[in-house]
Amino acid sequence: MASVSSGRSRAGMVTLLICLAALLFLPAVSEKFYVQLFTKMMIMAIFAMSLDLIMGYAGLVSFGHAAFFGSAGYVLAYAAPQYQAANFWTSLPLAMGLSALLALAIGLLVLRTAGIYFIMVTLAFAQMLYFLFHDTKIVGGSDGVYIYVRPDASIAGWKPFDLENYNHLYYVVLVLVTLTFLLLRRVLGSLFGRVIVGIRTNEQRMKSLGFPTFRYKLACFVISGTLAGMAGYLAATQFGVVNPDMLGWHLSGSAMMMVILGGMGTLSGAALGAFVMMLAEIGFQALPQAGAINLGKHWQLFMGTFIVLVALLLPHGLLGLIGSVRGRKEGAGD
Amino acid sequence: MDANTFLIQILNGIQYGLLLFLVASGLTLIFGIMGIINLAHGSFYMVGAYLAFSLSEQFGSLWLAILGGTVIAVAIGMLLEWLLISKLYKRDHLYQVLLTYGLILIFEELRSVIFGDDVHGVAVPELLKASIPLTDTLSYPVYRLWMSGVCIVLAIGMYFLIQKTRLGMMIRAGSTNREMVQSLGINIKLVYRLVFALGVALAAFAGMIAAPVASVFPGMGNQVLIVCFVVVVIGGMGSVRGAMVAAILIGLVDTFGKVLHLELGGVKILPEMSSMTVYLLMAVILLWRPEGLFRRGA
Repeated sequence: MASVSSGRSRAGMVTLLICLAALLFLPAVSEKFYVQLFTKMMIMAIFAMSLDLIMGYAGLVSFGHAAFFGSAGYVLAYAAPQYQAANFWTSLPLAMGLSALLALAIGLLVLRTAGIYFIMVTLAFAQMLYFLFHDTKIVGGSDGVYIYVRPDASIAGWKPFDLENYNHLYYVVLVLVTLTFLLLRRVLGSLFGRVIVGIRTNEQRMKSLGFPTFRYKLACFVISGTLAGMAGYLAATQFGVVNPDMLGWHLSGSAMMMVILGGMGTLSGAALGAFVMMLAEIGFQALPQAGAINLGKHWQLFMGTFIVLVALLLPHGLLGLIGSVRGRKEGAGD
Repeated sequence: MDANTFLIQILNGIQYGLLLFLVASGLTLIFGIMGIINLAHGSFYMVGAYLAFSLSEQFGSLWLAILGGTVIAVAIGMLLEWLLISKLYKRDHLYQVLLTYGLILIFEELRSVIFGDDVHGVAVPELLKASIPLTDTLSYPVYRLWMSGVCIVLAIGMYFLIQKTRLGMMIRAGSTNREMVQSLGINIKLVYRLVFALGVALAAFAGMIAAPVASVFPGMGNQVLIVCFVVVVIGGMGSVRGAMVAAILIGLVDTFGKVLHLELGGVKILPEMSSMTVYLLMAVILLWRPEGLFRRGA
């Protein structure tokens, strides 16, 4: 895993820039459907990268990451009076701040555990929040809450962009996904990032070197939760609705799947995984009727099989696969 | 709450706890012995309930359904271990989580294809239909008492199997040192396959006996799975004894959370937020003992 990220060469950089350029020009050449689809994919890429920070780099497998995603969505739903727009510039920081606080509170508890306990405890806490939103009437119950008007980005009468316009939303998300990528790369390249990776490899050694490992892990968990909150806020903006499923374990499971599918421990891998997962979902949902069974309606059957196969056959994800194919070619050329 | 209602709730809580124990003990055994985290464990509970539903319609008897269902569950367990789980022994827990998460989606969707998304009911067998009257208005169903009895018998049976038999010795030895046991000429692969099948059968059995009181519905497995995670975390991963204590504790807390009324400063806490009580209990216990009440080997 580490070798893939350290081996991120000039070719990798060039590929990323080409992807960015393609994404910049997409709205100019494609229909509304694809612009919206890619908006969704980029939002999920932010979510997957945020999970990759704790899962791939810190080695803490969180199965409750949707808790931060969904909670931030609910913040947006309550940041504005009904039928009126929330202020983008205050509600986004509010949503992210709340996700950060939530991650701090949950992190203080769950980081006392490790390994398999961590997986189960993060899941259990996320389910607790799920039930809180699902069972209590004050926050909409199982049906969720509609957000009738998207956040308003006006600053003193000047409107730099209009989120009701799907092209504007696309570019806002593109900017945010790029910023997230750059920020995480910066964080991981710093001393902080080295310590985090060191903790994954050997926590005792980092401790004896004098690093307060618990605080590092907690900081990592909070950053991760905050970014997941940003993704949740954007998702709530795009879909105009929040419901308890946004905190559910199916979403946490998909996010894990995205990270592993693309290649854990590489930011571009997590983003790639998000893109491929969303495409696979759409592909499976578009399956036709076969005899008495509507295959598209039962798309989860194919998604499940896909996940089982990835777990069995692709331990290093798609980037690992590309890396090993390239390695074999180079090896053959020698 | 008067004494009789209290007694009924105690019995309900213990009965729910014992049922949870059947599912959670399989989860903790599979982890403790094979090192596998099995998310699909709740699905086996669901498979059991749907088997009870369809087989009891076919045979006209819940008893035959339970018998046939257990055989099918053992077969499913052995097949899954052979086909998929055995490939993951040396891999990180992450891949076990991922693969068994995929299995949940497959089981849940197969259920939807075969049985549809409706809620079904299973009749309580004639033999156990009676209720024991406690007062003029309150009574306790015999079937629930029978359920608790069966769970206790199974728990004792499991204790003997693991602690007192030759197979149990192999199981315990295999959990400590797999290579050593193998080099002594014991077929450890078969032992693992049996343990996995035992876990699957326990979960499916729990689903089968619960079907008449809890009805049979989509998503029932996931509900049980997550509560069983809480049980295993509280009890200590790998500890069957811990699972027993934690399961009863959770059974009682959950049951009383649903019937007690509690208001704090005008905000209704119970029973409105009863589904959160078990998680709060887990949080408290984690603060006190991060590795659970009965850590294995401690």
